[in-house]
Amino acid sequence: MMRKQQTFSRGLSDKVRKSKAAPEIQKNPFEVKINRKKFDVLGRKSKHDVGLPGVSRSRAIQKRKDTLLKEFRLKDKNNTFIDRRFGEYDSKLTPEEKILQRFTLERQRTQDRKDMYNLNEEEELTHYGQSLAEMEKMTDVIDSDSDSEEKGLLSAELTATHFGGGGGLLRKKSAGDDEEEEHKPRSRQELIEELIIKSKQEKRERQTQKEEAQELTEKLDQEWKSIQNLLAHKTPKAERTDETDKPKLDQYDMMVRELGFEMKAQPSEKLKSAEELAREERQRLQTLEADRLKRMMGDAEEDAVQTNTHISADDMNDGFILDGDDRKTLAYKDGKWNIEGEEEEKEDEDGDEEGGEEEEEEDDEDDAEGEEDDEEGEDDDEDDADEDHCDLQSDEGSEDEDGQGAEEEQVCAEEPPAVSEEQKKAAQEAAKAELPYTFPAPESYSDLKQLLQGHGSEQQRLILDRTLKCNHPSLSAGNKAKLQKLFGFLLEYVGDLATQNPPDLRTVSALIPQICGLCQMFPEAACKAVQTLLSDSGHSMEETLEVKGRAPMPDLDMLVLLKITALLFPSSDFRHPVTTPAFLFLSQALTRCAVVSLEDVCKGLVLCCLALEYVSLSQRIFPELLNFLLGLLHLTVSDKHNMGYTVVSPFRRQGKSCDLLVLKDPNVSHSWNRKPISLQTAHRLPAQSPVERDHYRLSLIDSCLDLVKRCTWLYKDLPSYAHIFQPIRALLLKHLPVEGYPAPIQDLHREILDAIPEKPSQHAPLVFKKKKPIPLKLFTPKIVQILDYGKKRGNTKEEKERERLKHKYKREFKGALREIRKDTRFLAREKLSDVMSRCVKRKVKELYGSLATQEGEWKALKRKNRK
Amino acid sequence: MASSTDSNVKGENSQVSYKKYINTKTDRVLQSKKHANDIFDVIEYLQSEKDKEVIFATNACSKVFCQLFYRGDLYVGDLPEEEDLVNGDRSAEEKYRIFMRHRYSNCVELLLENIGHKAFQVKETSLCALMKFVAAEGKHPLQNLDEHYNFPRELLQTLVEHLLSEKEDMSLLISRFQEFLEMDDVRYYVMSSVRDNIYRVMGRNKKAVIPVYQNNVFTLLSTINVPSEASKMRHFLVRQDYKLEQWKVAKLKEHKRAFEQMWLVFLKFKLPSNMYKKILVILHESIMPQMSDPTLLIDFLSAAYDIGGAISLLSLNGLFILIHKHNLDYPDFYKKLYSLLDPSIFHVKYRARFFHLVNIFLSSTHLPAYLVAAFVKRFARLSLTAPPTSLLILLPFICNLIRRHPSCRVLIHRPSTAEEPCDDPYVMEEEDPAQCHALESSLWEIKTLQKHYHPDVAKAAMKINEPLTEQEDDISELLELSTFELMERELKAERKTIPLEFDTATELLKSSREVLGVHFSLE
Repeated sequence: MMRKQQTFSRGLSDKVRKSKAAPEIQKNPFEVKINRKKFDVLGRKSKHDVGLPGVSRSRAIQKRKDTLLKEFRLKDKNNTFIDRRFGEYDSKLTPEEKILQRFTLERQRTQDRKDMYNLNEEEELTHYGQSLAEMEKMTDVIDSDSDSEEKGLLSAELTATHFGGGGGLLRKKSAGDDEEEEHKPRSRQELIEELIIKSKQEKRERQTQKEEAQELTEKLDQEWKSIQNLLAHKTPKAERTDETDKPKLDQYDMMVRELGFEMKAQPSEKLKSAEELAREERQRLQTLEADRLKRMMGDAEEDAVQTNTHISADDMNDGFILDGDDRKTLAYKDGKWNIEGEEEEKEDEDGDEEGGEEEEEEDDEDDAEGEEDDEEGEDDDEDDADEDHCDLQSDEGSEDEDGQGAEEEQVCAEEPPAVSEEQKKAAQEAAKAELPYTFPAPESYSDLKQLLQGHGSEQQRLILDRTLKCNHPSLSAGNKAKLQKLFGFLLEYVGDLATQNPPDLRTVSALIPQICGLCQMFPEAACKAVQTLLSDSGHSMEETLEVKGRAPMPDLDMLVLLKITALLFPSSDFRHPVTTPAFLFLSQALTRCAVVSLEDVCKGLVLCCLALEYVSLSQRIFPELLNFLLGLLHLTVSDKHNMGYTVVSPFRRQGKSCDLLVLKDPNVSHSWNRKPISLQTAHRLPAQSPVERDHYRLSLIDSCLDLVKRCTWLYKDLPSYAHIFQPIRALLLKHLPVEGYPAPIQDLHREILDAIPEKPSQHAPLVFKKKKPIPLKLFTPKIVQILDYGKKRGNTKEEKERERLKHKYKREFKGALREIRKDTRFLAREKLSDVMSRCVKRKVKELYGSLATQEGEWKALKRKNRK
Repeated sequence: MASSTDSNVKGENSQVSYKKYINTKTDRVLQSKKHANDIFDVIEYLQSEKDKEVIFATNACSKVFCQLFYRGDLYVGDLPEEEDLVNGDRSAEEKYRIFMRHRYSNCVELLLENIGHKAFQVKETSLCALMKFVAAEGKHPLQNLDEHYNFPRELLQTLVEHLLSEKEDMSLLISRFQEFLEMDDVRYYVMSSVRDNIYRVMGRNKKAVIPVYQNNVFTLLSTINVPSEASKMRHFLVRQDYKLEQWKVAKLKEHKRAFEQMWLVFLKFKLPSNMYKKILVILHESIMPQMSDPTLLIDFLSAAYDIGGAISLLSLNGLFILIHKHNLDYPDFYKKLYSLLDPSIFHVKYRARFFHLVNIFLSSTHLPAYLVAAFVKRFARLSLTAPPTSLLILLPFICNLIRRHPSCRVLIHRPSTAEEPCDDPYVMEEEDPAQCHALESSLWEIKTLQKHYHPDVAKAAMKINEPLTEQEDDISELLELSTFELMERELKAERKTIPLEFDTATELLKSSREVLGVHFSLE
């Protein structure tokens, strides 16, 4: 039954599918429904703009009638299943036999059909005695034009033989022409043989002809090539010989294409003059500086996210911005960002002086150049004049301090390499005899140590330099990883140098350029290396803090690392993966590390210097720094009573090691003179006489006061300036034993007290930031670039695929539901109509009956009346 | 009685020999009354110079005497003098018992002495042996008492006396002793004997501070925990069969009273300052809930609050519980709290606890605006010296206070007199929050902190630039933040780009903004 039904329904559906709505309906405007579009979208195809609801409905109903209704009508009416397979009901056959028979039958059936038109399969098809399969490979090159020629040719014989037309005529002709002597009618067999021979001959002739023509064209090609070589001067000789050796057909095409696509000669970039180079360099520095400032404000991160800024429709895309930020380009003077107009005049003067100096310097350089090449000297001078003019112009422009600032920096930046190169040269000469020129990249820390140990600091620098050059990442694939590792090793080595006794800071300093270079090459690796060191050190400090409650001051290697961090990474950034943790480390060290000896004081002072360096550009407030400086100054006070300030951790108001900086002998101040403190004393203070110790104390106090002075400069614009420095002021004013100090320190003391006002400055009360008014709507449309229309964005490929499938499933599910609903509705309607029709029939019968009786009665009455 | 057998036998005391010797002696003592004198040899070993011998002898003694207790071979009642024994007309049995009772008291004395021994193991075994005797005496009382509740109080009291040494830190032994304190009767009698002991010792020392002794007392006291429910008190060292309900020891109320009296006596005397801290740290958790009337602690707490510094901060917790739960009226609480605020609060160990409490104290919306403003302003002023970990608590805290008290919003938004610079009217030195003019001021300090080096602090400070959101910030997560955690948070954050310093350095002490190189040299 199943089978029957299936075939049945298939037939039905096929019929339905084939029946098409009459074309006249489609033209009927009452049938057509148009889906109104709100607006046109270019390039979008919509399938559903015009529909024929009536037609489709009636078609659907028809389809249901043909399928569903039929099924419904046939429901519960039994059918028998007839299995017409071979031997199905034959009980005599075993299943194996049955299957075998069926199989043979099936084979026979297919075989019969196939073999009807099939020639012998095994025979190989040939053409001119060549295998067709061979020919299909198209090994032989045949001219395209020769083919076309042949196509047009239809010999009489050919047509005659092929199409068999005019058989008698042919016979007559041939009889007349060729075989006059015999005059004997030949048999058909003979005739055909003759014909074949003839046509073969003809073919052979044609072939030879063709070959000749081919040869000729080839010759022509070769000749053309020789001429062409003259025309196209670019083809190298080697290629030419190749071409003659094995001529190819597409060679010509290639040539043509080559000629077509040949690059026109293009102007190369002009060699830049020194002036231009300088300008570019300056521009580069300016952009870098602007970038740094942006990061300092902390809005660079947001910028990076939303790179697609709004471009006006009127934008010519030429980089011109009407009211861009170019008015107040950025510059620094003494680490201060100058944009205020008030200080301009003063700084203008300064700037002029500096400008003068610069010009002199430039002149000097130019002189040197002039000696080298006299001919260009004049040109250079002219250039110089131009440049000066430019500079003047920019100086006059009220806003352009920055150019100079940048130039200053540039000069600063350029000078040291020159010096170092000289040094390097000297060192190279000295070390030439000993040092090899190539070094393998060290694979481990001990390798590096072996490589560098035992050499002088300059030699070590040279070795590193050569190692870097030999293993430049562009030279080999593995070099990158090696050099990235090398950075970590170098930091470790530097740490070792700083902790050995006595610390070898000269070498550390010598290795700085290489470390910087490596860092520039691999910022990520450098970042990781410094981060790990910071994290390790911070962790160990935290642990000792938890166990003992106090930690020792960080060692010299950490101090050096912090310094190097400041050299490698910008400490002015609002948030930076390296410097922000470094800040926190400094903070931790300045608040939790105990100060119990003069070495600790020295280390603390180094930390303070570093902290100040970190914030000197961004002018950020560092409360721990000020607390620590206050604490250090507190150490100088011998009488700890009646204070007007509070010292906080790690210092105590009273107790052991609270008078580390109190001078033992008041008379030493006469013999003291100012000189930098050695960093090595932070590691270990050599055993000294009491006088020397006092001198050391005075140096520390001097540095401490100088740092306070720098802080007052740095923070003088903060609203709470006076409150921040109030404790320090109280200490300096009343408690510092300044009388016993030498004159320079007394001057410093006075300067600081002058800088800190007694009364806090006045400030306007705080108000909330005014909200920016919401801008009016712009007429220029905001253009958002969308690359993939109509697709959902922001997902991965798999997610998209899943979304798509989900969507499809949902649609299908809904469609199926709808169909089922429609089916049931249809069936219900049909059932109803059945019932209705049955009812109506009965009613009509009744009516007819009643009418008939009425009629009969009436007739009977009539008859009665008549009678 | 006859003198002991010659002690030469143990002359060459190898390890095995003394063990064997003691074992045989104890066996003989237990086997027959004839060899009663052998007990002297065993007891003698308690004074040996070798720790191992002492320990072995202690164990042997405890075995012997427990056995004797069990047999009833110890004299019950008031013990006659040993000298009288010869003249007295007592039966041999009785004489033997009196003799053994005397040996027993000798042994107890020696064990008590051994509690002050150098080696901890000796101390420990002595303690255990003594506690065994306590249990045995409880079961077979040595005195004929009228009451049915018998507990060897005297023995326990002397034991406690030796535990609370005035010269030696006994904290280890006390922690060992803790396991006996699980027993309800032991705990009860220890509490009462500690109380008497403190009275006696402190009275003898004329109320001066005795750090070692007080430390021992504190260690013992802090290990005592009264069970929370009376139904849990079922664990006794000495079982009492008669009228358990009427026994003092079985009543939770009595326990609480004893606990309370013990602590009050301890706190009554002058304490060393670190002891104050120790007590205050555990006060609110393990002492106050177990007392029947915590308000009695008010004297101690207010005394601690007046000391100043960290101790004051810590006493806040206890005071808060008294004010909050026990209706205590503490005049000028907020004034005192206000005067507690100084720069050191950011650096003490109990910073988190302090901020937690201050947050609770100032959570009431019924506080007058001037008071809240004073606190806010003072916190702001102090924030100028605070480390970033404190600032990350402090800034959201200040914002929360302003949110809770909208009338304090003038501190960050005073539009009427805008643009006219004025002095800061706030008086930092004024101790009375009502007089400090905080409401007329503005939080310029927070403005200053917008330039703080730590990005999160700067961002938190930026919040005052705009109207605050309704939702309060949750500071409870920030309370325990340490600098290293902050650092780790920074280190773990994913960054796409790593900006570099663009002017490359050539030397260690040479950069565009050199400070270190000005003051220091490489040599």
